[in-house]
Amino acid sequence: MSAVLSGGFSAYLYRDLLLAYRCRSDLARPLIFFLVVSTLVPLGVAPEPARLAALAPGIIWIMALLASLLSIESLFSSDFQDGSLEQMLIAPNLLAMPILGKVTAHWLVIGLPLALISPLIGIMFSLPAVAMVPMVLSLALGTAVLSFIGAVGAALTLPLRKGGVLLALLVMPLYMPVLIFGSATIQSAVDGLAWSGSLAILGAFLAIAMALCPLAIAAALRLSS
Amino acid sequence: MQFDNVQQLLVMDGHGVYVWSAVFVSVCVLIGLIIRPLRQHRRAIKKIARELNLKKTGKLTGNSQEASDASNT
Amino acid sequence: MKLNRQWTWFHRLGSPRWFYQKTQCWLPWLGAIAAILLVTGLVWGLAFAPPDARQGNSFRIIYLHVPASFLALAGYYLMAIAGAVGLIWRIKLSFMLMKSAATIGAALTFIALFTGAVWGKPTWGAYWVWDARITSMLILLFLYLGMLVLRHAFTNHESANKASAILGLVGTVNVPIIYKSVDWWQTLHQPATIKLTSAPSMHPDMFAPLLVMILGFYCFYALALILFTRAEILERERRASWVRELVAEKQGGL
Repeated sequence: MSAVLSGGFSAYLYRDLLLAYRCRSDLARPLIFFLVVSTLVPLGVAPEPARLAALAPGIIWIMALLASLLSIESLFSSDFQDGSLEQMLIAPNLLAMPILGKVTAHWLVIGLPLALISPLIGIMFSLPAVAMVPMVLSLALGTAVLSFIGAVGAALTLPLRKGGVLLALLVMPLYMPVLIFGSATIQSAVDGLAWSGSLAILGAFLAIAMALCPLAIAAALRLSS
Repeated sequence: MQFDNVQQLLVMDGHGVYVWSAVFVSVCVLIGLIIRPLRQHRRAIKKIARELNLKKTGKLTGNSQEASDASNT
Repeated sequence: MKLNRQWTWFHRLGSPRWFYQKTQCWLPWLGAIAAILLVTGLVWGLAFAPPDARQGNSFRIIYLHVPASFLALAGYYLMAIAGAVGLIWRIKLSFMLMKSAATIGAALTFIALFTGAVWGKPTWGAYWVWDARITSMLILLFLYLGMLVLRHAFTNHESANKASAILGLVGTVNVPIIYKSVDWWQTLHQPATIKLTSAPSMHPDMFAPLLVMILGFYCFYALALILFTRAEILERERRASWVRELVAEKQGGL
């Protein structure tokens, strides 16, 4: 029974993790992007620690958002091209489970590493030490929501030739609540306020996204076949 | 009326520029929202009429014309 | 049997032909009512309503700003519901309504943003302030633009309809979340701002024209929606025999 319910979840999770592991250089790209673009900010704005620290929560979150967006585009496209997406669609079990597996894999491969290396950028932006833990936690939770929302956009733009900019256009407005509460978590920690509240809201977003996004993704994927 | 004359209505104690530009732009957009579908509607009717006429003349001038018409579409 | 009859009613309602013929006689009435309400409300609001105690005459922009924002937001839900109905029952007309609602909604959101910005200058001293309402409106505009762009990206009409319907539904879940988030974000950063619209405390003399304008905008919305959808029906159904007969009749009459 549980095998039917979980049908495809672990299989697709394992498969996507394995695929990511096989091409590790692809995997590093969003992380490098995250680091490089963050370096642009001190050069573009000012190197003074006080100013950078004030900008840091927003900048780090915006960079994470862009890095996640860049990598989500290819979530379904290679499966679409080699035909394995077709297999997934015609499989007898619930389509939501393989999708959940794929999105989880995306988060494990992109979101989690982003959250883990974010203290590095935090240090470069002279973010106070108290904000490090909330930053990692908020990024870990928030990037999961971003993966879910982004996957909806990726599924919708899948049959289109030039989906890249369109995907950003569709998905960005939907990302905004996550950005607001994500950077607010870090900001409250910097200000010495309680940050668990906004972190909890990010968790609530994740619960909603986890429940509803796979349905939308499944419906969108059926369009492309 | 709150204003003594048209001059005052236009100026609105210095706020007239803001109020009237907002009114002007809004009314333009609203009118546009009515005109655009009307024009689209007329264009569609013209297009269909042209297609119908093509068919009619095709029938009148014989089968060869109709055949080429069919192959075009 | 009864269920059966209900379903034929439902599907007749969903037939583009029925919609096209039925709305023909509504149009003049709807147009007249919308025009009368809008002109009355605008003249009343601009010339006869008393000026606001704090904002003076600049508050008169409310008579355009609030109705446009109302309908921009309500229009998003109408669009999403139309998309859902089309997706579930596979009704073509529903998708056409959705497409029309996207265009009108984007235009109304633009009006709301523009009037809001113009209103901001005398009130806050700047055209653009990151006020919660204006920011949410901007995000709503992006959502509408996303809908329009997505639908133009598809070459296949069927997929365009379904994809936009799905996007609309995703947006529907998101719109209240975005609104609440932006509201919360604003209280975090700017605790004290002037509340622009405090309808319950408005003086009846100011409120009555606003009510007329809101009603007028609703009628206008219905009118524009019907007009856009009729044009869309003609374009989509131009191969249908009833459309050809209709056009032939019109041509014959000329």
